[in-house]
Amino acid sequence: MSFVSDTLDLLRGETKADRVVPRSGQAAKLTVAVSGAMAFLAVFALALSLASGRLADRWSAALAQSSTIRLSAPAAEMEAQTWAVLTVLEQTPGVDSARALSDDEQRALLEPWFGPDLPVADLPVPRLIEIIETPEGYDATGLRQRLAAEAPGAVLDDHTRWRRPLVAAADRLRLLGWLSMALILASTAAMITLAAQAALASNQQVIRVMRLVGARDVYIARAFVRRFTRRAITGAAAGAAIGMLAVALLPRAAEEGGFLTGLGFQGAGWLLPLVIPLLAGVTAFWATRIAAFRTLGGLR
Amino acid sequence: MIDMQDAAFGYGADPILSAISLRLAPGSFHFLTGPSGAGKTTFLKLCYGELVATSGAVTIFGQDAGTLDRDRVAKTRQRIGVVHQDCEFLDHLPIRENIALPLIVSGRDGPAQDANLDELIAWVGLSARAHARPPELSGGERQRAALARAIIMDPDLILADEPTGNVDWDMSLRLLQLLCELNKMGKTVLIATHDMALIRAAKAQVQARVLRLAGGRISAAGADL
Ligand SMILES: Nc1ncnc2c1ncn2[C@@H]1O[C@H](COP(=O)(O)OP(=O)(O)OP(=O)(O)O)[C@@H](O)[C@H]1O
Ligand SMILES: [Mg+2]
Repeated sequence: MSFVSDTLDLLRGETKADRVVPRSGQAAKLTVAVSGAMAFLAVFALALSLASGRLADRWSAALAQSSTIRLSAPAAEMEAQTWAVLTVLEQTPGVDSARALSDDEQRALLEPWFGPDLPVADLPVPRLIEIIETPEGYDATGLRQRLAAEAPGAVLDDHTRWRRPLVAAADRLRLLGWLSMALILASTAAMITLAAQAALASNQQVIRVMRLVGARDVYIARAFVRRFTRRAITGAAAGAAIGMLAVALLPRAAEEGGFLTGLGFQGAGWLLPLVIPLLAGVTAFWATRIAAFRTLGGLR
Repeated sequence: MIDMQDAAFGYGADPILSAISLRLAPGSFHFLTGPSGAGKTTFLKLCYGELVATSGAVTIFGQDAGTLDRDRVAKTRQRIGVVHQDCEFLDHLPIRENIALPLIVSGRDGPAQDANLDELIAWVGLSARAHARPPELSGGERQRAALARAIIMDPDLILADEPTGNVDWDMSLRLLQLLCELNKMGKTVLIATHDMALIRAAKAQVQARVLRLAGGRISAAGADL
């Protein structure tokens, strides 16, 4: 109840209650500055998480349909070997499904190089068999050995498998990004707690007089909470804005430009950093509130 | 208003007050005298809940002071006007806002109260000094401001600790006059003072009981006046 009214209270301007507690310059500047710096860092941690997340998604999507088998065989054996390969694949653990590409699909793949009128059927083009793996994947060495025995013209092309550890790395990087966010948030909470405690300590006499004339704890706490929440939001908004600007000004490269140039926000992702000042505000609100009630509890 | 049963208090091991049994009936007028250091201020602190009796029972407005939670203590203080011996102002606020402080912290300030406030400030003779800060005021001006702050909430009980310690005799009488008038309106008043002349002046106006605090105990004094 008082939480809701406190939140609404924040939206109002400076009240008489705020003037009762004198401004404390030092703690105020510290809160704004540190919130700003933390928000700036948070923007990068967020960008890192999002970018590595995108990378992991893209690479693992590519992984899922990456393997192909190239089958080169005399036209007469083509059909038989295709069946042999498909049978082997059917029995291989780790293969989700496999299918031979149709002539049309093959033509589409070759079209960029040879033009639309390529008579695929009449050319000794290898047949392509697409393998969809299960998440666990298959044993490539074993599969190669069996293919050599059953269909000598088949070549397993698993060139995208090397990306597997990269996906793991990207996933880890995303996790580290979120962990950084959590650490930044925790540091902000710790710093604001310290600043609030300093402000409360330097206002002992003010708090005493307020208690003497009948002020309730929530009333006294609110004066501090409002102030610190506002400062944290102000600082964090400035820090986040500067961080977003810095990200926006990163040099761009093409889509494949890689990881470094991909470190940015895309589309609606630009709205995410706007959450940072909000998060800073909520953190400051609770940190100050808890510090205030703890201090007040020690007085009569 | 206030009921004490065998109440005792000590800051450390030694008791300052012991075996205090006393009742401040609604509408009564009391003086509390006693040598310096006898524990008058300590006694008043028990009455408005800044201190809690180490033994015995103190009942404030029918509530056991020992078990009041912090919110109830605050609410109870809103009903008690206290003139503190050392005034207890906020030095960064003008005197006018210091006087209005009980209204502000209880959310009762507003334009409706402004006329009241100005009238009270005029009554204690501080209109010209209303925008000065407490450290810029003389001792007597501060005491008048403290009395104004104590009664701004129209409290049921008024506790005044040496309210006339720093003012001249004329002003002392004016302040006493105000307290007597408040008592006639039904307020309960307790004044801690050394000033025997003040007590005599009061006796001409109201029915006042005089309590004497010495050796940690309270006794009725009256015959000697
Ligand atoms: N916070 C405190 N801690 C320890 N001892 C205290 C404290 N406050 C007061 N005392 C002691 O308690 C005793 C009573 O103090 P108190 O202020 O109640 O006396 P008083 O009767 O109001 O005196 P005066 O007439 O000088 O104002 C004094 O001996 C004082 O030194
Ligand atoms: Mg005293």
